[in-house]
Amino acid sequence: MSGRRLLTAQGLLVLAFLYLPILVIIALSFNSSRYGVNWQGFTLKWYKQLLSHSQVHFYLVNSLIVAGVSTTVATVMGTLLALGLSRYRFFGRGGLLFLLYVPIVIPDVAMGAALLLFFAWVQRYLAAFHMSLITVILAHITFQVAYVTLIIKSRLAGLDPSLHEAAYDLGAAGWKRFWLVTLPLIWPGVAAAALLAFTLSLDDFVITFFTAGPGSTTLPIYIFSSVKKGVTPEIHALSTLMILVTTLILIVVQRVSTRR
Amino acid sequence: MGSRGDWKKLLPTALPGAAWLVAFMLLPSLFVFYASFLQRGANGWISGPLTLSNYLRFLGLDGESFDPLYLKILWRSLLLGGVTTAVVVLLGYPFAFFIALSKRKNLLLLLVVLPFWTNFLIRVYAWIVIFQRRGVLNAFLASVGFNPLHLYPSWTAVYVATVYTYLPFLILPLYASVEKIDWTLLEAAYDLGAGRLRGFFHAILPQTIAGLVSGVMLVFIPAVGTFVISDLLGAGKTVLIGNVIQQQFGSSRDWAFGSAAAFVLMAVVLLGLWIYARWAGEKGLEDLL
Repeated sequence: MSGRRLLTAQGLLVLAFLYLPILVIIALSFNSSRYGVNWQGFTLKWYKQLLSHSQVHFYLVNSLIVAGVSTTVATVMGTLLALGLSRYRFFGRGGLLFLLYVPIVIPDVAMGAALLLFFAWVQRYLAAFHMSLITVILAHITFQVAYVTLIIKSRLAGLDPSLHEAAYDLGAAGWKRFWLVTLPLIWPGVAAAALLAFTLSLDDFVITFFTAGPGSTTLPIYIFSSVKKGVTPEIHALSTLMILVTTLILIVVQRVSTRR
Repeated sequence: MGSRGDWKKLLPTALPGAAWLVAFMLLPSLFVFYASFLQRGANGWISGPLTLSNYLRFLGLDGESFDPLYLKILWRSLLLGGVTTAVVVLLGYPFAFFIALSKRKNLLLLLVVLPFWTNFLIRVYAWIVIFQRRGVLNAFLASVGFNPLHLYPSWTAVYVATVYTYLPFLILPLYASVEKIDWTLLEAAYDLGAGRLRGFFHAILPQTIAGLVSGVMLVFIPAVGTFVISDLLGAGKTVLIGNVIQQQFGSSRDWAFGSAAAFVLMAVVLLGLWIYARWAGEKGLEDLL
């Protein structure tokens, strides 16, 4: 067998490995057998059961509130931070850059534990502050802002500096230049970063697990606690719907970020 | 680029984000470090006086005799990280070339990105469905006349799911390097009489090393710190350092000891990041994403 064929064979095996588990879940979500994995005929009843489950609506709304609020804050703050980091040299810039990578590389269990400890400490002095959707949002913004900043910073680095000078020569300085020149140029990057931040938030389990309080269950937390009790076809159906949403978001991201 | 000390412009741009990271990343990390020298106090909170007992307990030096329970757990976590990283490299390195040399690059990239963005819990629990006693694997084995395997819960299941979960984390940064390879270097190596192996090690591998190293970091770090995979697929309770942290902050409620375990894990990772940053510089850090 030639090298090229070997490479293709290996590639197809890896693809099979990547997709087999996902396809198994999707297929079982339409299988009418509750316990077995043998095919007993097509059904949509698990989807009907899932969607009639009012708690699931509540968890979905929680997930969407967290993702919506945290993405908005993180995108604005991250865009500005990227701008500051790429335009100016200042004291502590190196340290700040290092700090930006910490939420990305630190194991999420350590970050979750650190935030839980910190929030519990704040709560001792500020009784009104307690584990709730607010703490989950604060935690999500922390890792989102790192991703958003780094993505937009690399976009800014790719900008032609002469555009910047031209804007200045034409009298657009400061915030005016930001709105009229910089933002339209980096807009696809900002949109892609925001969608990424949104997906990261929707998907997050570990950090939410540590920072959530009673009543702030999100979809991933619900999946985890259900799976701990046993695998059910309703969870297959929920997973299939989430895979579908992820796929749609991805296609939008690809469209947005490849547009010139 | 910019002017030095332009505080009026700097404040509204960098300050909110910088303050946020200091408040919610730096401060909590320092607090973990501090808490790791305290003890369990009343109501499951932490209290003084300062002590080294958590670290002594981690090292197994607090009892009558040396008990390396937690060192073994740390070692098991590092082993899981190391072995899965090696397997992921074996699977992912050729795969990055498969994408780069294919005519359907964009489709293949999308196919790798999709599992990458599929919810992590779904990707882990799929393996329960496959490995459980009456799961997909055993149904398949029975249909071809083999005896069933007992893989859930097991270490095998933990390893398979960890490789599965982090494989795309290596492929994506590696592909970015492979795509930029200058193939004329390989031709030059052949012209100079290099064989296939020497050609690969001298002309191709060095061009992919940046992507390979960032991919390895992105696989090794979360694999060492995982607690969900071992919690869902592994047998027994205290299996990996991630489980220790989760249990100490959860049901065991010894936050001081949990902080010591979390700090050990953070120290291992940040040391790695620091060495990487020294080696690769700011550009290299950017490649991590």
